[in-house]
Amino acid sequence: MTAVAEVGQRGSSRQPQGITRLLRALLPALSLALVLIGIAWLNPRAISYFGFNLMLNLAIPIALATIAQMFVITINELDLSIGPFVGFVGCITATLLNDQPLVGAVVLVACIGAYAGLGALIHVRRLPSIVVTLGMSFVWQGLAILVLPKPGGKAPGWLLSFMGMQPALVPFPIVAAVVLALVVHFGLMRTSYGAVLRGAGGNAQAIGRAGWSILKIKMVMFGLAGLFGVLSGLALIGTTTSGDANIGNGYTLLSIAGVILGGGEFVGGRVSPVGAVLGALTLALAANSLLSFMHIPPDWQYAAYGLILIIVLAARTLISRREGRS
Amino acid sequence: MKLIEALARSPWIWSFAGALLVLIATIAFTGGAGTGGIVTAALSLAIFSVVVGVGQMFVIALGPGNVDLSLPANIGLASAVAMKTMGDSDAMVAVGLAAALGSGLAVGVANYGLIRLLRIPPIIATLSSSFIILSIDISYGRGLQIKPPDGFANFTNIQLLGIPVLAIVVLLFTIVMGVVLHKVIYGRSVLAIGQNMRAAWLAGIRVERIRFYTYALCGALGGLDGALLAGYFRGASVDIGNEYLLTSIAVVVIGGTSVAGGKANVPGIWGASLFLVLLLTMLNTFGVSPGLRLVLTGLIIVAVITAAGGEKAAR
Repeated sequence: MTAVAEVGQRGSSRQPQGITRLLRALLPALSLALVLIGIAWLNPRAISYFGFNLMLNLAIPIALATIAQMFVITINELDLSIGPFVGFVGCITATLLNDQPLVGAVVLVACIGAYAGLGALIHVRRLPSIVVTLGMSFVWQGLAILVLPKPGGKAPGWLLSFMGMQPALVPFPIVAAVVLALVVHFGLMRTSYGAVLRGAGGNAQAIGRAGWSILKIKMVMFGLAGLFGVLSGLALIGTTTSGDANIGNGYTLLSIAGVILGGGEFVGGRVSPVGAVLGALTLALAANSLLSFMHIPPDWQYAAYGLILIIVLAARTLISRREGRS
Repeated sequence: MKLIEALARSPWIWSFAGALLVLIATIAFTGGAGTGGIVTAALSLAIFSVVVGVGQMFVIALGPGNVDLSLPANIGLASAVAMKTMGDSDAMVAVGLAAALGSGLAVGVANYGLIRLLRIPPIIATLSSSFIILSIDISYGRGLQIKPPDGFANFTNIQLLGIPVLAIVVLLFTIVMGVVLHKVIYGRSVLAIGQNMRAAWLAGIRVERIRFYTYALCGALGGLDGALLAGYFRGASVDIGNEYLLTSIAVVVIGGTSVAGGKANVPGIWGASLFLVLLLTMLNTFGVSPGLRLVLTGLIIVAVITAAGGEKAAR
């Protein structure tokens, strides 16, 4: 996957020690802090209860989609269909789930099943996940257009009131982000099956020899991606109040960027749920709030995503070089 | 008989078989009316997938993890660069094409620069650069209706006995690229790297230089494709290349190139491109709604890959 020259370096980076390890782990938090400092400096009033509510209201669906992508990346695959999938879930939420809650719920559960099935298909036939999920992105997009040909629909009332919660002291998006990060961190990083799941990304053969079913692991991970994709669609519609077939399209690239920004590696099962959530928040804040406070036209929003990714990756490379030396 | 056996074993034959099957289904539905037109239109559209497909094929042949996700943004930017440079003047067509080629080449070089300098997987490098290219394109081409000069637009549509001239040009180009892939040191180095990067390096192949050439080539082809698309569709736009992310990867895989790297072929790209275009034509003639058309396209691509793909040897 990477250049020959790196092999030696990679080997030594397995056990990062001391300060470099700390730096690496802190990088996602550091990036978020920098963006927040920028915002506070440009517009102090934004750092308030209502400011955060406004700035972060779209960050929760992004964070959920990022976690979905993270599960897939953990097992060395990539999901290029998560954006259209979130859009499709959004369309179902704004139509079926509102009109016939039971049917809508069944469809959403079936979606999660479809994701698990996709994981099985990719594993059994040894298919490249990039191509399969690219194909599926057409399927989700098409289904979304079939369900909701024109933007519209209406979010269910319970969803609106849930996403519109205003807890005391701490804004809802921050509470949601913390809960999300902690729940996934506990499940994936602290339980024994979580370790097995990550192990399948590090050394699938070893996990298989130890008696775990790789097929089941792939299905679980893709199923989890589907589950969090569904949650992302729900949260998105709960925030925007109505659906649109194209609403989630940007999420595919954002989610990948979020995982990488959060310290995740493409191969080897090295991911960080807390980092992924921080990465998603950073992207959401930097691209929307920071840019508009800096009076940079929205045209450059995508460039901001790209630049943030490049800067953070460059910082990570520098840290890794230190690691290589020490 | 030997020929038939050899054909049946070649990885690219299935894409042509699929294209033929879809064409027959379409003709059966229309009763033969307008078959010539369907084939002509399919050839005109397929070449755009072929051009980017060849670039993507060289990249994918480099081995697992190598893929260029910046093609759509690259195509969009190059289409704007070409049309602005041509500035509605036929005299500037060559300059415009060169500018598009240059723009694509610059993207390819930047992609490789990111891969090399930041030591990141190509997927992330090309993803990051595509974000930036997209913004440059939005800001560069915004609010302007950029049309191609008439001469250039007509050239992309000229036909000779029902065969688009551009298709003949692209066919010649792909033959050259086929020779490059199988008979020239560069192409064989790409395949060697795809099979085993370390072994290729130990054998004295300049791995990084070959990777650089490959990403530059893919970028340049994306740029060229952007200019041609803008000519054919009579105008540049930011999202003109959007569908070529899936298409460029799909034609490579359906065409029988191994995603694991080290095994590639050019004819399959033609077969797969024709298959995808004819598939769209078929769904259109059947009168399928846009939503259902997307669903069916996606499902058929996944089905074809499930049937044809599947690496025998696990890597």
